Formats: sequence, C-alpha cells, structure tokens
Amino acid sequence: MAINVRAKYLNKTEEMSFIDRLYLPAIVKGMFITMKHFLFTKAYTVEYPEERKPIAPRFRGRHVMKRDEMGRERCTACYCCQYSCPAECINIEAAEVTGDIRNNHPEDKYARVFEIELLRCIFCGFCQEACPKAAIYLEEFYELADYDDRSKYLLTKKEMMETEGKPVKYRV
Amino acid sequence: MEEWIIDILISLAKTLAFFGVILLWAAYITLGERRFASFFQNRLGPNRAGIFGLLQPLADGIKFMMKEEIIPKNANRAFYLLGPTLFITIALIPWAAIPFGDTVVIAGREVKLQIVDLNVGILFMIAVSSIGVYGIMIGGWASNNKYSLLGAIRSSAQLISYEITMGIALAAVFLLSGSLSTRDIIIAQMQSPWHWNVFVQPLGFIVFFVSILAETNRVPFDLAEAESELIVGYHTEYGAFKFAMYMLSEYINLITASALITLLYFGGWGIPFVDLGRLGLSVNLAGLISVIVFLVKTGFFVFVFIWIRWTLPRFRYDQLMNLGWKILLPLALVNLFGTAVVALLV
Ligand code: SF4
Ligand code: SF4
Repeated sequence: MAINVRAKYLNKTEEMSFIDRLYLPAIVKGMFITMKHFLFTKAYTVEYPEERKPIAPRFRGRHVMKRDEMGRERCTACYCCQYSCPAECINIEAAEVTGDIRNNHPEDKYARVFEIELLRCIFCGFCQEACPKAAIYLEEFYELADYDDRSKYLLTKKEMMETEGKPVKYRV
Repeated sequence: MEEWIIDILISLAKTLAFFGVILLWAAYITLGERRFASFFQNRLGPNRAGIFGLLQPLADGIKFMMKEEIIPKNANRAFYLLGPTLFITIALIPWAAIPFGDTVVIAGREVKLQIVDLNVGILFMIAVSSIGVYGIMIGGWASNNKYSLLGAIRSSAQLISYEITMGIALAAVFLLSGSLSTRDIIIAQMQSPWHWNVFVQPLGFIVFFVSILAETNRVPFDLAEAESELIVGYHTEYGAFKFAMYMLSEYINLITASALITLLYFGGWGIPFVDLGRLGLSVNLAGLISVIVFLVKTGFFVFVFIWIRWTLPRFRYDQLMNLGWKILLPLALVNLFGTAVVALLV
C-alpha cells in the first residue's frame, strides 16, 4: 500500500537516466520544496502558556468531587471507586453522619477522609464510571507538574470538593 | 608616536576585531541554524530568550559554562583536553588571511581590512584547515569510546579525500587569477559579475562547493557526526564547555567555508555592476560598504549551508567515497586541464 496518493512506484530494474544520475536537478527541486516551507507555510507551533489547544469534552484531568442541587456532598463513602481503581490510589475512611453535619450529607455515611495519590493515579476515569452517586469526576485541569514537594500530590477531599455554588479552586 | 607602535596597535586592533566578529557570528549562527531549521520544518524554534530569541546564544553560553566538567574515566586526559583546544585554534587561524573588505584610511595610513595579506593566502588557509582533522582525530581517539573513534576515522578519511578535489578545483582558480593572494583573486574578479569565477568556472564551482560541504562536515556529508548511527560521532564524550568549543569551531569552519566561496567564486566585496572606486565616495565609506557587502554575501552562503542541511539526507559511507574519488576527482582534473588549455591559448 502506498502511504499516500502522491507516492509513485519506481521500476527498480530501470536504469536511471543521465540527468537522474547527476542528482543536481533533483537537489534543486528539493531545495525549492524546503524553501516553500520556509517562506510560506505557517508554523504549527502552539505557544503553550499563552495559547492552549481546546480540550475534548470528555477529557480526563484532575479529580473533582461534586455536590448535589441542595449543596450536599454527593459522596456516601460506598468504596465503589476505591474498589474499581486499578492503581489502588484512592483512600477512603467512612464515618457516620451525626449531629450538625446532617444537612451536609444526604445519607447516613460519609467520607471523613477521601484522598487520591495523584502520582499513582493513571487518570483512567474508572472511579468516575464506578461512582453510583455521580460524585467524582475527572475534569479539565491538567497542569499538575511541580517540583520539590511531593506531598502536594496527595489530593485531599478539601481540595477536590466543590464549594457551594462555586467551581473548584484548582491548585497550580 | 613611533611608526612601528602605530603599526602594532593597528594590527592588534584588527586581530581583536576580527576574532570578536567571528566568535560572535558563530554564536549567532547557532541561533540562526535552530530558528531556520524550525522554519523549514514549520515550527517556531527558540524564541523565548529576548525578542526573537536573540539572547539565546548568551543563555546557551552561560549554560555551557555552568555545567559540570566531566572527563571520562578511561579517557586519555591530556589528549582529551587537547582535542577541542586544537580544533578551535585551527578553526580561527585561517581568518588571518581572509579579507573582510577593501582598504580604509586610519591615522593617515592605508589599512587593508585583513589581518595579513599573504602572497600565498589561500594556500596558507588550506594548509591550516587541513590540520583541523587532528582536532577531530585526537578528540575522537582520546575519549576512548567506539562511537567517537568511528566518527573520527570517518571524518579524517572524508577530509583527506575531499581536500584533494578541493585543492585541484582551486588550482584552476589560481590559473585564472595568476595569484594565491586572497586580495588579488578578488581584484581579478572585479570588472563585472561575468568575471566572477562562478561563471568562468561553473564546473569547478560545483566541485569546490561539494568538497567544501564535505570539508565542513555538514549534511549531507555529516558522517562524522551522524546522530542516528554514531550518536554525535567524535564529540560524543564531550560535555560542557569542551562541547561548546567543538560546536563553535564547526560553525567557525562554516563561516570560513562561506567566506572562501564568496571570495573565490563570487567576487568578494564587489557589488554587481557598481564600481565602488568610481562613485566618488570617501575611502572609508567605500571600505565600510565593501565590508557590508562581503558579510552579506558570506551570510547568504551560511544560509545556503543551513538550507541544504534541512533538505538533503545523509550519504552512505561508500557513496561518499565513490563521489569523492570516482566522480569529483576526475571532474576536477578535467576542469583543471580544460582551464589550463584555454588559459594557454587565449
Ligand atoms: S482515575 Fe483511575 S487510577 Fe485515578 S483514581 Fe480514578 S480509578 Fe484510580
Ligand atoms: S466517590 Fe462515588 S464511588 Fe467513590 S466512595 Fe464516593 S460515592 Fe462511592
């Protein structure tokens, strides 16, 4: 199969003509082709921090935990996400909902601790798929690079949770 | 002031100015090469340091200085350090004989814009640049690395083979100008563009151009470096400033090659159809214009070298040797013979 429609088949048994064997015409032709690129083709470079490529609607970036329409945390610490996580990077500690926090949680159980080790996470999105409460999503934030401080990569519930009415504040 | 003091001062000033210009230029070719390469490949290239990336060579220089100096354990220490030093020294020496422009008048005396006007200028340059292979050979051998050694061997074989064709192609030029002095060769081409050696000696020019491309170790003859096969050949084991020295000398060689092409085949500082001497300009202004013309022409050929690099693929080793010995050498000989016959008859 030819790689593209412009590919030409050469009959290898055919002797090259004298002009072909001079190579100079072919070289000049090639030089004009590169010059065409030099002068007329626009660079494809996306100058990253200033320009960004649009991301796909189902892009899987950093995790975000959602609240329901009444502003309560959706997550009920069912462990489905932890169970399905292939990288085993989710750590949940469940606790009973009592007293004051009742109006903050729809059910009797909630996640007292909910951590994701980002360095182990492979951003597969299985947690998002597994969640029966639509509580965890991988959203568009992807600039996770950092140096020095690895403790930043232990994502806590506080960092992931939407505050009421406001989008999640991403850490840079 | 005594006469000789002025002479020495002028020589010193010329030397410093020359080397300053050459080193600066070579540093900026590294930027030019990278940016032009990007344009050929529809990219942007380094454009962050300063406007258009103009401070990039400075940043690179600082980076090279700050890096750790590593000498491989089994390398031959003395020769390992000698390699790049020798290479850059030899790369700079030919500039003693290259004229940048016509004459100017300083302190009441005529000063040629050339460090020395040797009567065997071209011969001197070829002789010196042929020692350059030792810089490569020593560096490649002393690093005690198979890729370095292979690169060095390839490079020396290539340089030796192509020097012969280059020399013979040049002999035809000497026959026409009747002199080995760079200045005389330029002046012999001054009358009109049709006296430029590129039109008088088209075959010789092609042979010379291909040979000098091989002499500078540039694509398509970069077998000494051959990133894909030999990592980078003879300077694989070099890092930090020693690598920078090799890199810089290669670019200096590139400028030397372009300057040679300009002065041997494209009329040096002559402007087509304009006679600077008859325009009634002051001597210094005419001198300045001649320098600019020379630099522009040389710069153009530097660009052509870069252009070729991003167009052509690398030769195979046997193809390289075939081209050198079986095609270019006979062509150069035919050219020399034809020129000699014509020069005798006319
Ligand atoms: S995206 Fe995949 S790896 Fe990351 S936490 Fe979710 S399930 Fe685990
Ligand atoms: S995020 Fe979803 S799946 Fe994970 S524990 Fe909470 S409710 Fe269960």
